[in-house]
Amino acid sequence: MATIKADKVLPLYRDMLRIRGFEGKATKLYEQGVLPGFLHSSVGQEAVPVGVSAHLDKDDYITSNHRGHGHVLAKGMEPERMFAELYARTTGYNSGRGGSMHIMDFSLGIVGANGIVGAGVPIATGAGISFQVNGTKQVAVSYFGDGAVNSGAFHEGLNLAAIWSLPVVFVCENNFYAESVPQSYAAKVGIAERAAAYGIPGVRVDGNDLFAVYDAAKAAVARARKGEGPTLIECQTFRWSGHFVGDPGVYRTKEEVEAWRLKDPLPRVHSWLEQHGVTAADLDTMEAAVADEMDRAAERGAAGPRPDPQAATDNVYAPEGVARA
Amino acid sequence: MRQILMREALREALFEEMRRDPRVVVFGEDIADPMGGSYKVTLGLSTEFGAVRVRNTPISEAAIVGAAVGAAITGARPVAEIMYMDFLGIAMDQIVNQAAKIRFMSGGQVSVPLVIRCQGGPGRASAAQHAQMLEAWFAHVPGLQIVMPSNPADGKALLKAAIRSDNPVIFFEYNGLYNVRGDVPEPEEDALEPIGKAKVAREGKDITLVTWSGMTRMALQAAEQLQAEDGVQAEVVDLRTVSPWDKSTVLASFAKTRAMVVAHQAVRQGGVGAEIAATVYEEMLDLVDVEIGRVGAKFSPTPFAPELESAVVPGTADIVRAARDVLSRGGRF
Ligand SMILES: Cc1ncc(C[n+]2csc(CCOP(=O)(O)OP(=O)(O)O)c2C)c(N)n1
Ligand SMILES: [Mg+2]
Repeated sequence: MATIKADKVLPLYRDMLRIRGFEGKATKLYEQGVLPGFLHSSVGQEAVPVGVSAHLDKDDYITSNHRGHGHVLAKGMEPERMFAELYARTTGYNSGRGGSMHIMDFSLGIVGANGIVGAGVPIATGAGISFQVNGTKQVAVSYFGDGAVNSGAFHEGLNLAAIWSLPVVFVCENNFYAESVPQSYAAKVGIAERAAAYGIPGVRVDGNDLFAVYDAAKAAVARARKGEGPTLIECQTFRWSGHFVGDPGVYRTKEEVEAWRLKDPLPRVHSWLEQHGVTAADLDTMEAAVADEMDRAAERGAAGPRPDPQAATDNVYAPEGVARA
Repeated sequence: MRQILMREALREALFEEMRRDPRVVVFGEDIADPMGGSYKVTLGLSTEFGAVRVRNTPISEAAIVGAAVGAAITGARPVAEIMYMDFLGIAMDQIVNQAAKIRFMSGGQVSVPLVIRCQGGPGRASAAQHAQMLEAWFAHVPGLQIVMPSNPADGKALLKAAIRSDNPVIFFEYNGLYNVRGDVPEPEEDALEPIGKAKVAREGKDITLVTWSGMTRMALQAAEQLQAEDGVQAEVVDLRTVSPWDKSTVLASFAKTRAMVVAHQAVRQGGVGAEIAATVYEEMLDLVDVEIGRVGAKFSPTPFAPELESAVVPGTADIVRAARDVLSRGGRF
């Protein structure tokens, strides 16, 4: 089995439960019509950010995409302020200015979810430049989907990180679809294989296997911290929901979705924990606690104040002092 | 006349033009069946016309537009779809340095018969990267045509005209119009509207409201309100083509009313409204009693929170207020 120690697995399982619980609650609220904007659920993909974030410190950075709730929860965001942001309250992470698709917290190294597919890739490369310039041991992780790898931003971002040996880990969540377009249609080669084109390591793992993701990320993060350059990790996984909440997903068969549900990443960790001495009753208690946490977080998030229209244009610019006296 | 939705009118235009001209090809993200486009405008096209003429693309905006340019200058008539206007930035070089300039740079050897369809705009809490109105970026570039219809009949007739045009067209569909229903002529009529020609959507003698796309409906509502509450007869000019724009229709209306408000959903600063206002001033310098106002979004990205979005993006009330301002400045109110 993997390099992970048994006592580390339980908190990681809890993180996976929290992502699933957050997405479930957010989906329900969105379907009730109380959350504005778009919502993209990452249910089914929980093992990826949890396995990666296990190796990240608070001062490491991540860039995310439109499907970012799991990435940011695993990096330390609190559900209450996330819900507040989804509700567009001033108590949200972005004070109600960003919403789900732009959620950010720089104090946690979360450069942000992103509405532009591929945009986070070169931004993570740039974070790598600042770590190199400042001589820190920080790393940047960029999360993106199989759809993003066909953008110019992906190609250019990976190439730059490669030629300058930047401390970046590129994590592709290959869930086999970019909206309706199958990954196999959109490219003639696999995703991990593309690393060879940039002269960097590329690995493919079962993204629904927490331990496999954990190991691959461990090696990639260690390599980045040592100054040996970037790695591309392709995590094969699946989103159970439509592209966005409300998308009926007419481009996928029921059988395909069902088959992937059977590869649910959570029970795999659950049974590992049971085999390693954690009782089913303890796990049930944990699950109930997470569900309760999400209910309360959503309630408190919703209770935050609505933004003041007078303040609508705050923060367009930073104060310029002398230069803009 | 029959009534259909904007999205149906646009879809009919694509079907009719693809049937008429085998050189018309369509490509973009998620446009093929069963998806039929993120907003279902291309639904059914790939089933009828097949995978050579209707292609799903990877998420590769620069290549979508670049390939459309290449196809256009070598014998095809591509209609490329970019899912949101906000994503045109990724394809900017192909639009600005290639599509817009190839005819000119070649000394007129070749034309670029290309349509880039895109949609978006404010009003749905889509936040800063999915709600921009960026027509002013393109209005600054000679060689491009920017078409922004406000109703199903114009949408259909102008999309057909755009596909037949030998110039690159950025064809913008305001998202809030897709489910708007309106009179549309039967397909047999093959109705076309000329690119570059505005339409007087409502006649009036007191003030001219110049507008386009989603804002046209609000201007028409504003005109009703001005009539009801102030007895002011506002003339609404729906520009329809934002570049090159129809000066003569705007000037003719202004010569009659001597007062104007230009209203758009795009950010006011540097917006197309500034160009129109300045042009009217220049052309009408010898008239003394002219008053012009502008309505546009505040100088801010679009916030996520609905109450902030509506504070930034203008609506009917802003047009009414601006019209009253203009008329009272001119001492006519
Ligand atoms: C540049 C750009 N093009 C298109 C879109 C519209 N869009 C949003 S998500 C998406 C699919 C992304 O697929 P993938 O990268 O595989 O991520 P997934 O949704 O599968 O997690 C598309 C086409 C966008 N947001 N940005
Ligand atoms: Mg995907």
